[in-house]
Amino acid sequence: MALVLLWQLASSTGVLPPEKLASPLTVAQSAGELIADGQLLDAFTVSLGRVFFGFLIGAAVGGASGLVSGLSRWGETLLDPPVQMLRTLPHLGLIPLFILWFGIGEEPKLALVASGVAFPLYLNLHAGIRQTDPGLVEAARVLGYSRFERVVHVVLPSAVPQTLVGLRIALGTAWLSLIVGEQINADAGLGFLINNAREFLRTDVVVVGLVVYALLGLTTDALVRVLERRILRWRTR
Amino acid sequence: MANPVSVRGLHKAFGARTVLDGIDLEIAPGEFVALLGRSGCGKSTLLRILAGLDRDVEGAAEVQGTVSIAFQQPRLLPWRKVWRNIALGLHRPDGRSVALKALEEVRLAGHADAWPLTLSGGEAQRVSLARALVREPDLLLLDEPFGALDALTRLAMHHLVEDLWAEHRPAVLLVTHDVDEALLLADRVLVLDEGRIVAEHHVDLPRPRRRASVVEQRTRVLADLGVDVETAA
Repeated sequence: MALVLLWQLASSTGVLPPEKLASPLTVAQSAGELIADGQLLDAFTVSLGRVFFGFLIGAAVGGASGLVSGLSRWGETLLDPPVQMLRTLPHLGLIPLFILWFGIGEEPKLALVASGVAFPLYLNLHAGIRQTDPGLVEAARVLGYSRFERVVHVVLPSAVPQTLVGLRIALGTAWLSLIVGEQINADAGLGFLINNAREFLRTDVVVVGLVVYALLGLTTDALVRVLERRILRWRTR
Repeated sequence: MANPVSVRGLHKAFGARTVLDGIDLEIAPGEFVALLGRSGCGKSTLLRILAGLDRDVEGAAEVQGTVSIAFQQPRLLPWRKVWRNIALGLHRPDGRSVALKALEEVRLAGHADAWPLTLSGGEAQRVSLARALVREPDLLLLDEPFGALDALTRLAMHHLVEDLWAEHRPAVLLVTHDVDEALLLADRVLVLDEGRIVAEHHVDLPRPRRRASVVEQRTRVLADLGVDVETAA
């Protein structure tokens, strides 16, 4: 709050010229205008859609491969070494390849978000499954539970906490990937709004876009926290 | 009725190391047997074989009827409420009423909807016992289930196990390294050493037994275990 006041003061006194950074009041005003003419909502919807579908694809791929390599030995032999190798590569560095493979439309943006989601989800799901207490599995075995039942009743539930950690990292990376991905020739979305504003030196609009990014990130993070608190009730108290 | 446990010429080796070296053991229905031995003598291995957790053996280890086991650690699923952990033993998702009854038997009636992580060690172990007992087992295997508990809780657990055994009458095989525990609870005490049963003691004392009543046999069992009481005391 004090920071915003200081920022406003710097802008009003001319220490901070508007072509470097617009004043908070101007930003709020522009936000109001962008909301009023529907631009912000359109951009918001497009960006949210990209994150959503990118996340779905990434979660499906990361989740499925995490399950396969966590639950079966051959799956692990087959999948884990290449994934462990690839994960050392910053996925944002893949942009040039994605552009060559998928062009400059929606696909590379989705691919970027999806790859940002798939890795943390895979790693944490795999680790979560492997961390299952063998004692619990054994206890279920003596109670006559089949391998499939042991997976359902013991292995997967015990992988949930670690998977939720992965989910939170994945969502954070999803937004980051989106922001970077939307720099590639976007013709809609928050990234387009920001890039366009840059062309016209509209620092106020740039800031509005950044604030929306931040709010979206915070919101999804809060959602996962709520989810964690509900699902992991058994951990505390 | 066939004996719940019938073991003949059982051998078990881990690589070059022989753990069980020709075990013969019969346990009659409803009989309470304690298996005593030092750490690493193979007693837990024998229990695991009887529980069906280790099938890579030589010789015969036949078990008749339903088997339940309570481990040294309670091994409850922490994400399931206490009653659901007990219902796990029934192998069906319902069965709350059966679970509640079992909880009452182990004197934890109020804890049905508690999370396992909120229980004390003794309480968790009682839940584990209840989970083993709801199956109405013909054979109850107890793998040092009191080993991790404090002395007072352990005493209470001895009484509880004795009561439950009197009520349900499963055959019991209790693995322990506590001589007093074995003598207080069992009809028959076996001493296992280096993979062989080296001694067998019948305990024909009325129940509930008191520590003072088993002193005489205690000395003999300790001698079988290689402990000279005169110098040890």
